[in-house]
Amino acid sequence: MHGRPRKAPTEEEQEASVVKGAKLRSIQAKFFQFHHTNTYTKEALEVNAKLLEMNPEFITGWNYRKLAVQYHLEAAQSDEDSIKSILDEELKVVESALMTNFKSYGAWHHRKWVLNMGHSSTDRELFLLKKFQKLDARNFHAWNYRRFVTALKNIPDEEELQYTTDMIYENFSNYSAWHNRSVLLSRLLKEEVEGYYPKEKVLTEEFEFVRNALFTDPDDQSGWFYHLWLLDQTVKLEHLLVSSWPPNGSNVNVSDYCALSPSLSSISRTLPLILCFSEAVGGINSSTVSVVCESNMDSNLIWTPISVDKSGLARTWLTYLTFSSEPMHPSRNYLVKVSIANSEGIISSAGFCCSNPSHMAFTVCLPSSNTEFDEGPDIERIDWSEENFSSNQLHSENLGLINSFNELTISGDNKKTYETNAKIIADEIDYCRELLSEMDCKIGKLTLARLLLAYDALSSASRGVQDQNMFQYKEILELYHDLMKLDPPHFQYYKDQYSLVFLKQELANEESLLKYCYQYRDSTSLSNNSLCLCLRGLSLSQIGCIERLLWVQMLDLSNNGIRSIEGLESLQLLCCLNLSNNKICSFSALEPLRLLKSLKVLDISHNEIGAHPIDTRRYLCASPLSHTSDWKREEFVVSGPEMTIYWDAFSIFSGLNLRQLSVTGNPIADKKFKLFLCKLLPAMKWLDDEKLR
Amino acid sequence: MGELAVEKHVKFILTIEKEKDSFESVVMEHIRLNGAYWALTTLDILGKLNTVDQDEVVSWMMQCQHESGGFGGNIGHDPHLLYTLSAIQVLALFDKIDALDIDKVSNYIAGLQNNDGSFSGDMWGEIDTRFSCVAILSLALLKRLDKINVEKAVNYIVSCKNLDGGFGCTPGAESHAGQIFCCVAALAVTGSLHHVDKDLLGWWLCERQVKSGGLNGRPEKLPDVCYSWWVLSSLIMIDRVHWIDKEKLIKFILDCQDKENGGISDQPEDAVDVFHTYFGVAGLSLLEYPGLKAIDPAYALPVDVVNRIFFGR
Repeated sequence: MHGRPRKAPTEEEQEASVVKGAKLRSIQAKFFQFHHTNTYTKEALEVNAKLLEMNPEFITGWNYRKLAVQYHLEAAQSDEDSIKSILDEELKVVESALMTNFKSYGAWHHRKWVLNMGHSSTDRELFLLKKFQKLDARNFHAWNYRRFVTALKNIPDEEELQYTTDMIYENFSNYSAWHNRSVLLSRLLKEEVEGYYPKEKVLTEEFEFVRNALFTDPDDQSGWFYHLWLLDQTVKLEHLLVSSWPPNGSNVNVSDYCALSPSLSSISRTLPLILCFSEAVGGINSSTVSVVCESNMDSNLIWTPISVDKSGLARTWLTYLTFSSEPMHPSRNYLVKVSIANSEGIISSAGFCCSNPSHMAFTVCLPSSNTEFDEGPDIERIDWSEENFSSNQLHSENLGLINSFNELTISGDNKKTYETNAKIIADEIDYCRELLSEMDCKIGKLTLARLLLAYDALSSASRGVQDQNMFQYKEILELYHDLMKLDPPHFQYYKDQYSLVFLKQELANEESLLKYCYQYRDSTSLSNNSLCLCLRGLSLSQIGCIERLLWVQMLDLSNNGIRSIEGLESLQLLCCLNLSNNKICSFSALEPLRLLKSLKVLDISHNEIGAHPIDTRRYLCASPLSHTSDWKREEFVVSGPEMTIYWDAFSIFSGLNLRQLSVTGNPIADKKFKLFLCKLLPAMKWLDDEKLR
Repeated sequence: MGELAVEKHVKFILTIEKEKDSFESVVMEHIRLNGAYWALTTLDILGKLNTVDQDEVVSWMMQCQHESGGFGGNIGHDPHLLYTLSAIQVLALFDKIDALDIDKVSNYIAGLQNNDGSFSGDMWGEIDTRFSCVAILSLALLKRLDKINVEKAVNYIVSCKNLDGGFGCTPGAESHAGQIFCCVAALAVTGSLHHVDKDLLGWWLCERQVKSGGLNGRPEKLPDVCYSWWVLSSLIMIDRVHWIDKEKLIKFILDCQDKENGGISDQPEDAVDVFHTYFGVAGLSLLEYPGLKAIDPAYALPVDVVNRIFFGR
């Protein structure tokens, strides 16, 4: 099938092929006669062996041999010599088949099956493996078999690690050897085997080891992938609280946020509390997180993971604080204290327990007891035109609310680890620069960019300060810019990374963030709702830094190149969102919006929905296709057969309570579709700027 | 850029169905059921499924079914999960899944799940994540996923996840594009893609694109048209396909055509076969090449077939 040259066969060749084909057919027919009559005579076995020699992929042939072995073993009973001789014959047949085709699954499995019986010597196996690996050092069948044999013979991981060292010295380009090395080393590190502790010492040695490979042949990828794994091991931060809303040290007017409450009864005294961690965690509940307030507040809180999947883990967790309505001092500030991980139970997806408690606090200003929630004047249509936005004049008290980035506090022991690891990364950065000074190497540049980002993450964690190193970002952005030119096929990959770093830079501190804050013209609004974060026209291809955006209620992301809004589900306060003029290709890409219960205004006009036959988010949203739908199929099916094209629109919109929606400029948005939307969203007041009855 | 020689490829496929006597053909007899799936799905994507005799195909296929409920690669061959999936997929193309005794087939498949959640390919116990994928896709198409322990099946697949973000055939085995497709598809269909580090795996996968525009299956290997499916569909399922140069890949696939005699080969100027013809055409469908039916990246069947099964009556 693979690697045969395209040549029209000559008549002679065609004839010879037919003759050979007929010969194989005849052997197959003979074999089937024996197989279907359960005949396991010497003659039958010889026919089978001949068949497998001609065609080692003939699975039924291998099955037959197992039946024959079982048959003969039964006859041999416990005569050890007979048993050995029967099984040795099998090993010979396998060896000869492997000589024809050393990638035959059937052959390798048969050998394993024989060895698993426990009667055969394993001495020859490693010798055989060495032979095969000389023929092809990347043969994964051989490597798998090697893992099988070393387990059978209880060969210690350290010895196998030395084997990978030998193989790598023989040829740096042996990805299979590097891979095996990473598997063995992970185990040795995890079990803290003697000589492989502490982790930092091992990582330093491994960085030195891989450096040989990288400097010898910088264009070969094998070493670089291993290097990336080492980097990942070095940067492992404990999952921490990175931001929250309300932010630490802020003061919040509860009545400003009452519209966000899920339940109308306690509407004027409910406040969302959002916690955002450095990675997805589980186990957030009222025993692992305590929230205490001077005022009377229900402390039995229900925490929800904000996640589009059903894993139960999330970076962002949400709860609602409900303050009691008993008569109190009019408009007083009450302190709310939040303690995370006082008790065990918070875990990361890798299974690590959070053992470092952290604390934060903010004050809330409660309305005097008689304040009723006032829906306000009839809500206008939001018009996203630039003239409706003016540079903000934020009051100092509001500043605290937009700075949701938490100060990270790391305790003594961990601090030392962070510092040691930061030093390792700093050394690697120097070596990388050295290599790049000698040659322009794509993967070297990419690694340097990643190293710089990693260093930034580690050092800011141990410093615990917002003073982000702006210079680092500039260099990283330049590297990605270079890479877009150096490696055009992967342009979009570098663009995505560029966007993320760019956002990190622009949202790094208050001063920079304020550049993007605008006031929407509606000054009659009761609250901060009119403050908009305007990130339009920045050539962003991806969104990131959501931990710094938890406060956002109005967001303009129009006129970018955004294809995916992964992460946007964390912006739980979001009410108005503009995604017009981007690259959204399907409704399934809008899955994160289903979790934004406060979303009222959405503009997805002028995207590419309906223009693509292939949906790249098909399995990343809840639906019957991935056996994760929570919508009622009966409702959907009854609507008519053409609804099959609208299944993802149905999934996204039926859970939302939109007041205003724009879809024009998408190929799917014809009259029929708009009618469908009106049926689906009865509370909607504006569709494509038209007021609905 | 070149064009897809649709008529030639259709002719090629219909010819190999008939010509069976060359050695190359005989040596593939044991996987003929897979071959039927590759040939027929290609024809459907090209809009030419009606050129085959449906009844003839189905009648031959049903003869490949073993008394255990599983299907063999051809008549008289032992049953195995791999051919069972192909049979189900072909019946799905023809909208004839009800020709099966669904409980019988699904019991055969479910019976091959092991305690650790893995699947054996057949009664002889070879374990491989390919079989996890095949079992899950089969049962999903038959609407009988509840016959297996899905959680354990997913956990086993996750245990085969490697440090480079990819997946191997068993725990500890090297990442390989074919295995990655199998694991990602199985996780996709069971709503478990959150176990995949999409950025890490996406980068590993996009680095399969080499200078010629073709894709290889693992680092430092040669490009091959069949990876246009394994790598591409994986990238699509995790929404990272924009990280490769689609135009260059389309050109590579088109360069692998035999424009005179029809068919697509693994690399330009190599011998063609139905396997690579299918993967080339399926890859072009995923790349939104004009005039082709869209194919579903997980089930490897046309989207209209999959939608009919999951959104239909």
